[in-house]
Amino acid sequence: MSEFLLEIEGLRKAFGALVATNNVTLNVRVGETHALIGPNGAGKTTLVGQLTGEITPDAGRIRFAGRDITGLTTAERARLGLARSFQITSIFPSFSAEGNVALAVQATEPHSFRFWHPAEQIQRLREPARKLLADVGIAPLAQRTAAAMSHGQHRQLEIAMALATRPSMLLLDEPMAGLGTEESRAMSALLGGIKGRRHTILLVEHDMDVVFQLADRISVLVGGRVVASGSPDEIRNHSEVRIAYLGEDEDEFAGALNAQG
Amino acid sequence: MTLALLAEQLFNGVQFGMMLFLMAVGVTLVFGIMRVINLAHGSLFMIGGYFLMAALAWTRSYVLAIPLAFVMAALVAVVLEVIVMRPLYRRGPLDQVLATFGLTLFFNEAVTVIWGREPIPLMVPQLLAGSVEIIPGGAYPVYRLAITGVAIVAGMLLYFFITRTRVGALIRAGSDNREIVAALGVNIGLLYTLVFVLSAMLAALAGIMMGPLLSVEPGVGDPVLITTLVVVVIGGIGSVRGALVGALMVGIFDTLSRVLIPIAISTNATSALVNMAIYLLMAVVLLFSRTGLFAAHRG
Amino acid sequence: MKLGRRELLLLILLAIAVVLPPRLGIYYVRFATQIAIYGMAALSVDLLLGYTGLITFGQAAIFGVGAYAAGMLIVSGFTNAFIAWPLAILASMLATLVIGALSLRTRGFQFIMVTLAFAQMLYYFAQSLRNWGGDDGFSTRRRNDLGFLSLENHETFYYVVLVLLVLVCWLTFRLVRSEFGMVILGIRDNERRAAAIGFPPYPYKLAIFVIAGGIAGLAGALMANHAKFVSPSVLSWQLSGELLAMVILGSANSLIGPILGAAFFLAFRDMLSDYTEHWMLFFGPLLVARVLLMRNGIWGTLIRATSGGETPREPKVDFPETGERVAAAKPEAGV
Repeated sequence: MSEFLLEIEGLRKAFGALVATNNVTLNVRVGETHALIGPNGAGKTTLVGQLTGEITPDAGRIRFAGRDITGLTTAERARLGLARSFQITSIFPSFSAEGNVALAVQATEPHSFRFWHPAEQIQRLREPARKLLADVGIAPLAQRTAAAMSHGQHRQLEIAMALATRPSMLLLDEPMAGLGTEESRAMSALLGGIKGRRHTILLVEHDMDVVFQLADRISVLVGGRVVASGSPDEIRNHSEVRIAYLGEDEDEFAGALNAQG
Repeated sequence: MTLALLAEQLFNGVQFGMMLFLMAVGVTLVFGIMRVINLAHGSLFMIGGYFLMAALAWTRSYVLAIPLAFVMAALVAVVLEVIVMRPLYRRGPLDQVLATFGLTLFFNEAVTVIWGREPIPLMVPQLLAGSVEIIPGGAYPVYRLAITGVAIVAGMLLYFFITRTRVGALIRAGSDNREIVAALGVNIGLLYTLVFVLSAMLAALAGIMMGPLLSVEPGVGDPVLITTLVVVVIGGIGSVRGALVGALMVGIFDTLSRVLIPIAISTNATSALVNMAIYLLMAVVLLFSRTGLFAAHRG
Repeated sequence: MKLGRRELLLLILLAIAVVLPPRLGIYYVRFATQIAIYGMAALSVDLLLGYTGLITFGQAAIFGVGAYAAGMLIVSGFTNAFIAWPLAILASMLATLVIGALSLRTRGFQFIMVTLAFAQMLYYFAQSLRNWGGDDGFSTRRRNDLGFLSLENHETFYYVVLVLLVLVCWLTFRLVRSEFGMVILGIRDNERRAAAIGFPPYPYKLAIFVIAGGIAGLAGALMANHAKFVSPSVLSWQLSGELLAMVILGSANSLIGPILGAAFFLAFRDMLSDYTEHWMLFFGPLLVARVLLMRNGIWGTLIRATSGGETPREPKVDFPETGERVAAAKPEAGV
């Protein structure tokens, strides 16, 4: 089954009486941008947690590039090529922007048990980092301490770090979160560029504009279940999805429909 | 190992466990609600004993001395809370560890300055001296039964207070969500002071009751503190139920191993093993559950 | 090599350390030796506290393992330092490996307690060593020697200790700037993120733990030599607490800070002891005051006073229970 990079099979997770993930089955094809949408409380965070290895599912399997990764740790999955960006900014505050990305580049090496040479001077780490900062549009901030950057710049840094590990698949967790209009446009373009380079992307997002613009396929998560999965057109017209969204966020969905319309 | 001896040790274990419970519930409440690690808890135990001794020397009567000791300990607790603990609520764990460690150093030295380095023995109250036969052939000190009883009553009062009163409800709510309680118009500062003083009083109570058994001396609270922390780890930090279960486990386990291990093994390392027993228990519990037996789930 | 303010300050301190003590007499040479030894031990605590974010109450126990190892080796005839000291370091690293392997599986409050528990176990174990004096400890009667060079002379011994301290400082300085150091700092800053980019936290934490253990063990071996005496009190959790205090007094996350903190602690004790045996009465509140009122320790204050910026950050520690991240005092430029 080499056309699928990520295969989620029958995943289930319950917290006491609350079933956050209810028999979820989902596939992401190589090279496709697959969006995961759903109202608040649908269980997206729990699903992402199980994909990254931070939450252990009660049942089900996750396969990545044909390999069963259900029991692997977060770091092991990252090393296999599954990179993620975080919904709530999660960077290394005391490092510079370049340092953040350089550390992500460093993570691709077999190990980091090298104790002698100053990391700052190792060009094979710093050059790719600088290039990535330029790619995402924050090259001038290379030496800025990450803690001193704005929220929008953090989001860009998140993407740079995800790309730095040269992943087979990018799991982007609400990259548009908290961005203003101008920043959203820039991020949208950035994501488009990444998609253009044929990365495989699983995009978890609320921003419908971006979703319908970029996604090759969309899966809709409601109450822990995938209620629909298909092309953007199919989703647009799917009755259950409309009900789920209209119940939660009527304006947003309708607005997105009109925008695409 | 006669049955009488075993029974005696079991009772001792429960008594020790209940003392540990009084200490542990204070530590766990303060952490659960204010998110503060208080390493000076052992000092509160110690000054409970010292204040009892001082009050006894002054009034020559247990009936007067005990309440007096409580009042003095309460005063110290209030001053401590206002001056040291309040700033610590906003600080991180490292600051809390170091500041309360500094307090322990201070208190140990302060009692030395006032009362000297020598251990001072205290007499068991006349009324409670003597023994009863708990099982045929086994005479057990009345005093130990009495303090176990007091601790159990204190525990029950605490339970009712926390679950049945308005203030108790606020405390429970405050441990889940400080902001909301503050938004309700409750004086959160006063609530914190109350919780801290309550925990200090429980520690002082334990110190007062153990005074006649242990003798007061500088640093007497340090091993009690460490054992209390072991209880809290085993029981799960933030959980009162965990404090009770953990305390009884540690109390009984520690007491029994002190008696049984030297009987089973007789080597140079026996004393070391006996002291290590509760840490081994803690290690086993942690293997079983990384956050203790009843970890309170914090959002 | 650029000579910034920081480097200049370090050179001045080094010069003072080299020149001053012999001029003041044997008592101060011995005092300076003690500062250097405790400074080394405190530095090892800072590696874990300031650079990795781990609060440990067990470092004194590793210090003690080094002391006992060196002491036992001397008494057993292994007087050559080139054999005894590496062996002491090795013993400490082994002990740390075992303790670390088990305790690093926990975090936050549990971690502090587990390190404390192991330290207590080693303490009780040392007390039970009847052949080695039990609770009273034992005297080694003589120091190690460097083969050709005897270390009985206090001045000679002081300079050897100073050389080792400078060496340790230099090596750890390089260590925290290396690729390994970057991972450690990354784990401290954001362990979750470090894992998400592919660094498994556990092996790296274990490695730094063992390295810090080796340094503490060396300090312990030097202590056994300095005092020519070893006893269980060197393993006490109170000493672990005092080491933490030295680090925070001197400025954590700076390597030099802990040494200054050790100097301050010992000088404070020394000076006040002349007036009162109850010097702890003042030290306790001083520690509380430092924590509550001062933003920086000694080194941080020195740096601020001379350059007005770029102070060592106050440590962020790993404490999942409190939920909130303990933010840094000031961001430091250029990593």
